[in-house]
Amino acid sequence: MDRLFDVVAVFSLVLIVWVLSSVRRAHIRVEYSVSWLLAGTVLLILARWRTLDDWMAAALGISDSFIALAMIAGAAFLVVLYRLSLRISGLKDSSITLAQQVAILEFRLDALSEKRNIQ
Amino acid sequence: MTSAVNQSAKRLLVLIPAFNEEGAIAGVVGEVRSTVPATPILVVDDCSRDSTRGEARKAGAQVLALPHHLGLGGCVQAGYRLAYELGYDYVIRVDGDGQHDPRDIPTVLKALEQGDCEMVIGSRFVDENGAHTSLLRAAGILFFRAMLRPILGRPVRDPTSGYVGVNRTALALFSATFPLEYPEIEALVVLQRKRFRFVEVPCRFRPRRTGRSTITAVKSLYYMIHVLLGVFVNVLKFEGRRK
Repeated sequence: MDRLFDVVAVFSLVLIVWVLSSVRRAHIRVEYSVSWLLAGTVLLILARWRTLDDWMAAALGISDSFIALAMIAGAAFLVVLYRLSLRISGLKDSSITLAQQVAILEFRLDALSEKRNIQ
Repeated sequence: MTSAVNQSAKRLLVLIPAFNEEGAIAGVVGEVRSTVPATPILVVDDCSRDSTRGEARKAGAQVLALPHHLGLGGCVQAGYRLAYELGYDYVIRVDGDGQHDPRDIPTVLKALEQGDCEMVIGSRFVDENGAHTSLLRAAGILFFRAMLRPILGRPVRDPTSGYVGVNRTALALFSATFPLEYPEIEALVVLQRKRFRFVEVPCRFRPRRTGRSTITAVKSLYYMIHVLLGVFVNVLKFEGRRK
């Protein structure tokens, strides 16, 4: 069981380092990295602080503290993914509006050029 | 090419959304021109990978070229936005694959001009013209008919028809908000949500001239779920039924 907690701790550390490295290289914007860093940090704390895990397992009515940790980690990542889905939806809407506006502007520019050529 | 902004005949615009329709688009534009010669024709090219854009221009249509692929809803809405900005009173949408017979445009226009509704649907079932509908599509239409009946408070015979005419009021609405994927059924609910009215008129439908439908058998399940969810979301926003 301890090994599983160690694996989660290592995974959390890798995630944190990976996200920080991506921020440094400007592969990910700071505002999008916050959710991942927060999720990674919470996971790391839970993986190292067994008393907290036991307390949460008791509170959730789960006999195994690792299952409690896995559930909390799963919920945290679901929240992060949902937040990203919201962002993607917003960006898609913006991208569609932008594409439509670009096409309309090009259409109007072509119409103006055509009008000038005729004159 | 016709003038980009035809001031003298601004009332009606024929809108043709097209994606990879190089084999059919010139014929469709030609048929529309022979049916309503003075009417501007706008082909909205959804970033086709073939020569749809060039073929449409050669046939005498104006082309609104999208910089990247938006899907049918985004493509149609771009056309609606331009038509609204240019001040058109009526827009009739005819598909670029040749399935809609342009000879029915005057029927759709007449129904719009009567002013009893904001949208006219060219229906393949009003006069039982639906001979060219596949079994799968026919089953889908039956399902959506039954589903829409209580939502719309009246029957609709051909809820998946893309042969649609709108007046300026509906144009204003659809310019601002329009379903992006598989828009026909959701558009009806959007219309109902705003207490707008629609009528169906008989129109002739034909087998598509070239290419394949975007809704394949595999995509049908996704289509059903997507449309159901879209309808559900629009029902949640319901603002009351028109008396």
